[in-house]
Amino acid sequence: MTNFLQQLINGLSIGSVYALMAVGYSLVYSIMNFSNFAHGGVIMFGAYFGYFFITLYKLPFPVAFIASGLCAGILAVVIQRIAYKPLMDRKAPFLYFIISAMGVSIFLENIVVATIGPTFRTYPAIFSEIPIKIGALNIGRIDLMMFVISAICLGFLIYLIDFTKIGKAIQATAYNMKASTLMGINADRIIIIVFAVGGILAGLAGVLFGMKYTVYPQIGNITIKSFIAAVFGGLGSIKGAVIGSILLGVIETLASGYFSSQYRDLIAFALLIFILIVRPVGLMGKVTEDKA
Amino acid sequence: MDLSWYYLKGILMFAGINMIPVLGLALLTGFTGLFSFGNAAFMSIGGYTTAFMMINLGVPFIPSLLMGGIIASLGALVIGKCTLKLKGDYFCIATLGFGEALRLILDNFQYFGGARGWAGIPLKTNLTTVIVIDIIAVIIMANIVRSRHGRNMIAVREEELASQVIGINVFKTKMLSFVISAFYGGIGGGLLASYLGFLQPKMFALTKSTELIIIVIFGGLGSISGGVIGSLVLIILPELLRSFANWRLVIYGVVVVFIMIARPEGLIGGKEITFKGIYNLFKKIAKKNKKDLDTTREGGR
Repeated sequence: MTNFLQQLINGLSIGSVYALMAVGYSLVYSIMNFSNFAHGGVIMFGAYFGYFFITLYKLPFPVAFIASGLCAGILAVVIQRIAYKPLMDRKAPFLYFIISAMGVSIFLENIVVATIGPTFRTYPAIFSEIPIKIGALNIGRIDLMMFVISAICLGFLIYLIDFTKIGKAIQATAYNMKASTLMGINADRIIIIVFAVGGILAGLAGVLFGMKYTVYPQIGNITIKSFIAAVFGGLGSIKGAVIGSILLGVIETLASGYFSSQYRDLIAFALLIFILIVRPVGLMGKVTEDKA
Repeated sequence: MDLSWYYLKGILMFAGINMIPVLGLALLTGFTGLFSFGNAAFMSIGGYTTAFMMINLGVPFIPSLLMGGIIASLGALVIGKCTLKLKGDYFCIATLGFGEALRLILDNFQYFGGARGWAGIPLKTNLTTVIVIDIIAVIIMANIVRSRHGRNMIAVREEELASQVIGINVFKTKMLSFVISAFYGGIGGGLLASYLGFLQPKMFALTKSTELIIIVIFGGLGSISGGVIGSLVLIILPELLRSFANWRLVIYGVVVVFIMIARPEGLIGGKEITFKGIYNLFKKIAKKNKKDLDTTREGGR
């Protein structure tokens, strides 16, 4: 039982970081209807921003944390302007967006390899290594911080989407971009906001992820799991992405705790295939009809 | 830069080997309108089957290669059964999932060497084999595209619902295209296995599938010659840039984005290069030269 609870806590903590990443995929999908594979690159850059702000510029952690989020947000918007805007103007089919995103992701990964180098880098210890003990449970301070910070960010995001005017505009654009433009919403600005918000959250998630594990250029291969979580919860749905991520995190840690950690990734992909066969729109995705 | 024949031959063979899965994917993506991010998985099935047949069963090279293609097609039959009903993006993602899942299974399957890889595969691939197989592959593909099934595939690509209404079995057409593309992938994987003499699951990761689809798009969707030229250019060019080492892939990424935003129709954009076309082109040039010659003569008079 203690073991189970311990795994559950670890799963919640990693799941909440997946959620921070997954909402970025979902936000972009809800408006632009394509899977933004460059998101992994933005997460990776966020992790590097944080690393250099802390080690090179010796910024205190909260400042470095927020600064890396902002930088990642700017990066995401720049990517949108360069790689997706021309395609949008041309009304290109979704595949071109995906390929463009893949190109961006190849570029981001390798520019880091070419300039900074492919070595693994470890964040300096920011939180004490001594876990908090509750009964027989050990809760790592980093794990706790990951969960708390992610929960705050996600809460803020849901507030933004559900209770503000910008959020309403985002929802309207996601529902029908053309109609919302006719209602006076500047769709282009909404897209920039969406990329900025997704990018900021990706940057924050990157720092948290880098703190818990290590930073290296191929981090994007791991963040693909957050994409799986987004599909699992239903692409295009923010709440779905959060629930999918938490579930994926928990299932993954439980599986690696009880079977073998080797099968951790395999389980994630098996889950992806299973959900696509059983319920392709995910847990909370909207069912779309084939328009003809 | 050292451009010895040996080195050049290696690159040509590598481009020729990659051309086969690219042709398969060109049928699936360019002519049927399905986007797969998992075709590297078929290469791995073909590669591992060929290696297994040759090493463990002592079967000669060509039958092993064909067996690799057949097993890959069987794999496609199973995967297609589950995923071909999915629409657009979701089919992409499902094939991505299958591809990565297979790689992770091979990573953990110690019989084939696991993640460390499988060495000691007999080196049977040579330039002649590759060229002969490439030519056969192109001829077969050209015939498939011009057959009734090929036209059905194009109809499905253009308007799925409409083609269903006029009596095309959409699912079956997609399945045929998927299975053929897997067969091509399997053959390519088998050739690769016996060219390198070494297999590692990492070689068939998502990056490889992405590379294949990028080559198809770079060459031009809906064109066989596009696939051929695309694989020659995109495999040979990065090899020649090898002295740049790290910056090579950076440039590669930029080029991919640039093609998407500046020339989405690809290198030759849906056209085909045929012998007849080349003949006509030469005739046209000859005619023009003659005409130019005539006009200059007249001018001189």
